[in-house]
Formats: sequence, structure tokens, C-alpha cells
Amino acid sequence: MNTPKSKRPEVNYATRVDKVTFKSKLTRNLKAILTVIIAFIVLIPVFWMAATSLKSRADAVAAPPKVIFEPSMEGFIGLLTQRRQVTAAQGLEEIKQDPNLKWYDRVMLNRGQQIVGKSEYVGYLKNSAITAGISTILSVLFGLFSAYAFSRFKVAGKGDLLFFILSTRMLPPIVVTIPIFLLYRQLGLYDTTFGLIILYTVFNLSFSVWLMQGFIDEIPREYEEAALVDGYSRLQAFFKIVLPQTITGLAATTVFCLIFAWNEYAFAVMLTAQKARTAPPSIPSVLGTGGIEWAQIAAGAMGFLIPVAIVTFALRNYLLRGVTFGAVRR
Amino acid sequence: MATIELRDVVKKFGDKYAVKPMNMTIQDGEFVVLLGPSGCGKTTTLRMISGLEAVSSGNIFLNGKDVTWAHPSARDIAYVFQFYALYPHLTVRDNIAFPLQAQAVKRDVIERRVKDVSNLLKIKHLLKRRPGGLSGGDQQRVALARALVRHPAAFLMDEPLGALDADFRETMRAEIKALHVAQKATTVYVTHDQIEAMAMGDRIVVMSNASVQQIGTPAEVYHSPTNLFVANFIGSPGMNLVKCHYQGGKLTLPGGSVYVPAEGWQKTLDHQLGDNQTVVLGFRPEAARVSGEPKISADVFLVEMNGSNVLLDLHLDDDNIVRIRTNRGVNYGLGDTINFDLDPQMVRFFNPSTEAALVME
Repeated sequence: MNTPKSKRPEVNYATRVDKVTFKSKLTRNLKAILTVIIAFIVLIPVFWMAATSLKSRADAVAAPPKVIFEPSMEGFIGLLTQRRQVTAAQGLEEIKQDPNLKWYDRVMLNRGQQIVGKSEYVGYLKNSAITAGISTILSVLFGLFSAYAFSRFKVAGKGDLLFFILSTRMLPPIVVTIPIFLLYRQLGLYDTTFGLIILYTVFNLSFSVWLMQGFIDEIPREYEEAALVDGYSRLQAFFKIVLPQTITGLAATTVFCLIFAWNEYAFAVMLTAQKARTAPPSIPSVLGTGGIEWAQIAAGAMGFLIPVAIVTFALRNYLLRGVTFGAVRR
Repeated sequence: MATIELRDVVKKFGDKYAVKPMNMTIQDGEFVVLLGPSGCGKTTTLRMISGLEAVSSGNIFLNGKDVTWAHPSARDIAYVFQFYALYPHLTVRDNIAFPLQAQAVKRDVIERRVKDVSNLLKIKHLLKRRPGGLSGGDQQRVALARALVRHPAAFLMDEPLGALDADFRETMRAEIKALHVAQKATTVYVTHDQIEAMAMGDRIVVMSNASVQQIGTPAEVYHSPTNLFVANFIGSPGMNLVKCHYQGGKLTLPGGSVYVPAEGWQKTLDHQLGDNQTVVLGFRPEAARVSGEPKISADVFLVEMNGSNVLLDLHLDDDNIVRIRTNRGVNYGLGDTINFDLDPQMVRFFNPSTEAALVME
């Protein structure tokens, strides 16, 4: 349309299409701004925790709180080590001259403390990793197989069984800790990593079965049937055809089970004392020894947050991607 | 290649029959179509032959060997699914090679066979892609390639064209038929589309309500249906079925027209019905021959131009409609009265209470 300018019909601006586009752009921007604001609000405590974990003891309790500070690893080192108070009279300066000192020794010596060994927290963290790791693997594995059975085979009393499995989640854990405590003491499972793994596995299993069943139901049976007539056994069909397609579901289930087992507090505080104690119930106990070490507490929380964040981040593609992206049209 | 035999095969889901006792022998190299409306048990039958569904009773023989309880993988048959069931996480090449890998075929042999079959089906350019991104027709070709690649004893196909667009379906129909002619492999093909069944089958097994209604060549089921269901189901439109009054060698149609059947039929009707009985007269739309003399008369109420011919919907009376094909050269107006005769070769009779066809004595 190359109409000369003067002859062009008058534009009715109220109905112009580009105006609509402008508006939708505006709403999109508004949404983005809103998202940023919400993210900001949500992340402030996390940021605060991260900042505190990097503060020196003095900065951590400073009033008004310091936003800009000199970062220090005091919190983390304090959390992971046992120290001895050393005064000048006891030869603090001499110890400082020792050429074998590592950087973390120096940091603590500047505070007048000498590192004498690992703290108990290191052992607790190891317990946490073992308990959460093994129980997650077990509950995902059992969940996968039971969900497959529920999804593909005629299971007698299927509905009742599934309900029963789900019902184990209906009581808040804290309600059942006392009976389980008595039970575990009788069975000799009190304060054992094994006992905790069993408990977490069972507790996560309900979740794992239900979640995995949803994912497996989404995979059309025809895939396995095709594999069966193509000359494979049911087990081969499961591993070659079903398993690769459950990856998304497995990833999601793994993350959720891991988060639960890693964060669990109530059972851990009741059913463990020393040997099998995990990290969550031990962080507050830092409170007690030698005044409130905010930097150490924040460091504990940070260190605790990082593994779950890493796993979630690593599996984020699977978590977001749709379940079936296959060749079966429905 | 293989023969397939079903002996008294039954499938029950709870108390309900999915397939009533079924007997059928499929010859080596034959293309048999299981035809019927949805839910008639045709897919269940196919699944029982494949071993994906267990029989409730009866026996299935493959090449004379009882395979009733053999695992699907042990039967050496290929199954083409309605929705293709291509493995989404594997490439087209791996999909096609998958059945060969089960047999631990050597790598270079697999490579050659995959190449051969992908040349045959013209999907060579797709081998590196994943099935998810292919068109319906290409997915269908890949599914066929996966079935063909290991030279199975028999092919089972469950509505393989059901998910395709109408115009493309005809192309694929011809391709599958051509493949069958070239390979001469025993094939059992399930469809609910009677045109597809007529076009492809050496024999058609018409099923309804879990039981076999008729087994015969396309011509047999078209011209000599064994009962009212088959007569109505086969052909588009189906056979005209008119309840008539028979007395003294004459049929009185609704609307009062009188038709005198051929002598052979008169004897049969006298014999099998006795006197003074109702009978269902059946004739195909193309059996009618419009003529000047008043044999059967009816009023035109719809004219369907089909290109090569014209399909007329005629009112015998207010409740009875028959449809006839006429020459495209003649124009009829709505409400015109038409007189027509029937080709005596194409007239059939059915018992209205048993619904079975009468056989001329």
C-alpha cells in the first residue's frame, strides 16, 4: 500500500493492533518486575544467612547489622573444628610463628583460638550424607518397582494397598516418634544409622510409589508390548524401554526424597543420640557451647543447603521437562 | 512363513465374553482382515495371537505348533500398533534394529538389514532422527520397517492406518498391500473400516458382539452375507433390507409394490417359510435397474451425486427407505416417483427372527 501520505485514511488509534501489543508488553514487564520482587523477598533470608556465615564473630552480632563487611571463614572453620582458647600468656604469639600452620589455623589464631581437632559436626554431616543418600536410593528403587507393578499388573486389593501406603503419610511424624522410639529401643535400632535409613526409606516410600506410579501410568503400555513381540523378556523390556522413559520421574522423586531425608529433624532428634546423629538436630546444639555463635550456625545452615541446591540444580531439566515426548499419539 | 490356526479360542473379561469360541485357519501367505465395529473383539483376537493377551480357553497353533502359552517373544511374529509405539528415546535406526538386537544378530548384518528395509520403505533419510519429530506417515513407515526387518513368520497389524489423515490413508493402504504382495507374508490385519477391508483382504473375518459373523472373500461377504449384520455392515451404503410380506410366490413391499422373485427363490421361500410369512428382502443399491414398467415404485427424497453414479434415497412408504445407484446421466427431481426392477442374481433373503440369510435350494 503505497498511498501518498495525504490520502491515507485516518487511523483509528483506539483499535490499532500495535497498541494491543504495547499493552501486552507492559503486562509482561510488570510480571517480570513482580517476579523479581517476590524472588527478592524470598531470597532475603537466604542472602542474610549466606552473609552471616561469612562474617566474623564481631560483625555477626554488630548493631546495626553490617551489609558491607570483610568476609571471614570463621563460621565454617568454627563449625568443623574443635578449638582451645589460647591467651598471650600461654604463648599465642609463639604458636603463630609455627611455619606449618594452614590458612584456617591462622584465621582462628587471630581470634585467640587454636584448632585441636575435628568437631563432632563433621561426623554428623557424614551420618546425614549416608542416611539421606542410602534411604533415597532405596526408596526410589522400591518405589519404582512397586509403582511399575501397581501400574502394569493386576494386584489384588490394589486400591486398598495404595491407600494404606498413602495413609502412612497422614500422621505428622512427631506423633509417631514416641512409639517408634520405644520400638527402636526394644529392637536395638536406637541411635543406629541403619534404623534411621529404614525409617526414612519407609516414610519416603509412600511418596515415591505414588509419584512414580503417576509417571509410569503416563508411559503407554504399547512400548513394552512392542518390545515383547520384538523378542524381549518383560525384565529386558523394563530396563530397555520403560526405565529410560522414567528418568524424568526418577529425577523428580529423587530430589523430593532427598530433600526430606536430608532435612528430617523430628525423628533424628528423638531416635539418635551420638553415634547416628545427623546434622539437622546438631546445628542448634552449636548454640550452647561458648555463647551464640551466629556465624557458625549460619555456616551450618548454608553447608546444609548447598548439597540439596546442587542436586536440584543438576536435575532441573528433568524436573521441568514433560513426561511423554514420544511417538505415541493419544 | 506360517499358518495360524485358532481352535475354540475364547477370551472372557470377568463374566463377559470379549471373544466367543472362535475357529479360524489362516493359510501361509494369506492376508486376512478382522473387520468389525469397535468393541467387537477383533483387537483382542489379534492380541491373543500375538501372546500379549492370554486366552481364557482354546488353543492357538503357529505352523502346527501349539503356542497358546508361549511368550510373545517366542512366537516370531511382528505386531504393528495403531499408535506405532516407536520407542521415543531411540533413533529411527535403533528402533528398526531393536528386534534384531534381541536375537543377538551380528552388527554388520543388522546394519545391512536396516539399510535394506529402510530403502524398501523410503525412510533412509530419517534414520538419524527420533520418532517424535516425524509425520504420522513416516512414523507408520518406521513401525512397518521395525516389523519387516527380522522377517517374522507373520505380521499382525492393529488398525495401522487409523491414526492417519484420510487422503494419506489410501496411499499407505496401497503401500502395505504392495508390501504384502512382494513379501507374501502371512498377515492378520484389524480394521473397523469396511472399505479398507474390502480393498486389502484375501479373506475377511466379520466380527460383531464378540463372535465371528462370517469368514469369506471380499466378494463373498459383499454379495452373499450370511446374516443381517454383515449385510448392513459391508458396503457403503449397506445392503437395502426391507421387511416384506410373502404369500403365494409374491412379495408385498411396504408401500404396496409387489415383487415376484425368481423361481428358485420361490421354492426356497415356500419351503423354508411356509405360507403367509414375513421375510427380509435384501439387495445392494446397484442391484436396482430403473425401468419404465411399474415393478417396485418409490418416491425420490434425496439425490446424492457421487460423480460416477447417483445415489438415490427412495421412500417406499413413510417408514421405509431404500437406496439405489443409478446412471449419472439421468436427473431426478425430489418427489418424483421411480419404478425399478432388481437384478435377480443380486437378490438375497433373510429370516427376520434368526437374522440369518436363506440359502437358495
